[in-house]
Amino acid sequence: MEFNIDRVAELARLSLKPEEKIKLEKELGAILAYVQKLSALDTKDIEPTSHVLDLENVYRADEVKASEAAEKALEHAPKADGRFFKVPKIVQKD
Amino acid sequence: MTYEPVIGLEVHVQLKTKSKLFCACSTEFGAEGNAHTCPVCLGWPGSLPVVNEQALKLGIKAGLALNCKVAERLKFDRKNYFYPDLPKAYQISQYDMPVNGRGEVLIETKMPDGKFVEKKIGITRAHLEEDAGKLLHEGIVDGSLVDYNRGGVPLLEIVSEPDIRSAQEAYDYLTALKAILQYVEVSDCDMEKGSLRCDANVSVRPAGQEKFGTKVEIKNLNSFKMVQKAIQYEIERQIAAIEDGEAIVQETRLWNDTKSATFSMRSKEEAHDYRYFPDPDLVAFTLSRELVDGIKKTLPELPLAKARRFIKEFGLSEYDAYTLTEDKKLADYFEGCVKEGVSAKLASNWTLTELLAVLNEKKLSIEASPVPSQKLAGLIRLIEQGTINGKIAKDVLGEMFTSGKTADVIVKEKGLVQVSDTGLIEKAVEKAIAANPNAVAEFKAGKQKALGAIVGAVMKETGGKANPKIVNEILQKKLQN
Ligand SMILES: [Zn+2]
Repeated sequence: MEFNIDRVAELARLSLKPEEKIKLEKELGAILAYVQKLSALDTKDIEPTSHVLDLENVYRADEVKASEAAEKALEHAPKADGRFFKVPKIVQKD
Repeated sequence: MTYEPVIGLEVHVQLKTKSKLFCACSTEFGAEGNAHTCPVCLGWPGSLPVVNEQALKLGIKAGLALNCKVAERLKFDRKNYFYPDLPKAYQISQYDMPVNGRGEVLIETKMPDGKFVEKKIGITRAHLEEDAGKLLHEGIVDGSLVDYNRGGVPLLEIVSEPDIRSAQEAYDYLTALKAILQYVEVSDCDMEKGSLRCDANVSVRPAGQEKFGTKVEIKNLNSFKMVQKAIQYEIERQIAAIEDGEAIVQETRLWNDTKSATFSMRSKEEAHDYRYFPDPDLVAFTLSRELVDGIKKTLPELPLAKARRFIKEFGLSEYDAYTLTEDKKLADYFEGCVKEGVSAKLASNWTLTELLAVLNEKKLSIEASPVPSQKLAGLIRLIEQGTINGKIAKDVLGEMFTSGKTADVIVKEKGLVQVSDTGLIEKAVEKAIAANPNAVAEFKAGKQKALGAIVGAVMKETGGKANPKIVNEILQKKLQN
């Protein structure tokens, strides 16, 4: 299976050193080759599955329940400012 | 050469639920920063999203109102990208099995000559997804602040086919869409609160050419008028570029309202690769016939059907019928008047002009009107019976707003009953003619307008209570001699 290690790294926001690239390219190739074995199977009569459990139509009622997660999350956030999480400056979209 | 614009719109509406799409956090607008967050919408490891039943039902209801084919089976997928407004680094959306497939919206679009023409705008799909958080940049130099209150709020993304051919049509489509969604009560569609957002895809092609031109996506559109202006600008920009031999670049442009122009985002246009895949945290859904049919039964009469009924049943003009039915509450108000047995034409005129003028002035919505429809009907009845004339009626309406009294009571208390006594009016007319020799001369010289001054004098003499029809008759008679 074809893949481009630079593209994969870019999408995952990883900056790889040249030697890491060589190593990961080999490992990723081996993983994909292993998974590729599946394509040898005839899946013509098999229903596509997106889930391992034989469950469907799971939902909850539209009810509000407060959570105290925000306080904890803000406390543990790498950076916070009052009630807000703080992140590095995003490239302005204009 | 003439060019044809090709426009498609992507509209996001917030579904009217109490809690978020996948967790029990409140969707209420305006809470303090991150107050409405929990492990699920903050993307904590080990937390599990569970679909909000009401959001799913509202999504189906909207789809039915847009004549969509509702899916028998649907699932949720992860759309992967990195941006701090998404704590999970993916958005839960729907990819290849959306809740609503193909649909259509019929619109009545106003042509330059003022006539209305019916047009069909196709809907490609309308799917469920969660909203992202909000980034705050203003006044912060060393970073950005993130508020996840909006993150996880249920949205329905409604994608139109590229069937729209002008900026006006785009405006009419949005107006029709908003009216439909408000009628079926799935969304407030309040652009100011962000519960309706719109992006536009615009391209142009030489008239007669089948192949589409290169499309440009326009963002940052905060009102329907802005959508219309931005599309018009973009059409003209693209035509000018093509005429100059430039190629149109496929890109995202932002509308700048102060400069009335679109600007390229100039960001590094990396090809997006969202790597959609089924969300393993959520199971698929099979929608039963009974469920979908049951929701279908709850659909009210939709705006266009109501407008057409108003035209047929009450003889309203197309313009009045479409204006009244844009807002269900306004349409209900009008029908409330008509049910009281007054003329539909008068009810429409008084609702659309006089009543709305006072409501706008007082910044009140139709449902908060201190004058309910039965009371407006009472006022209209007095006009129909000839008890008061239109001019006095306007004053009475103002009085109804402030005192809350009925028109009957105000007219009696203030002695505003119209004077139809020909003897009395004749005297006032004679006096007015004598007092305005110039106007009389002008009128006799063929200047119809001069009559206004004399009528005004008669009205002044009678305290505005003279029956205008009788005044006119007597005046015409006297001046012809
Ligand atoms: Zn939550």
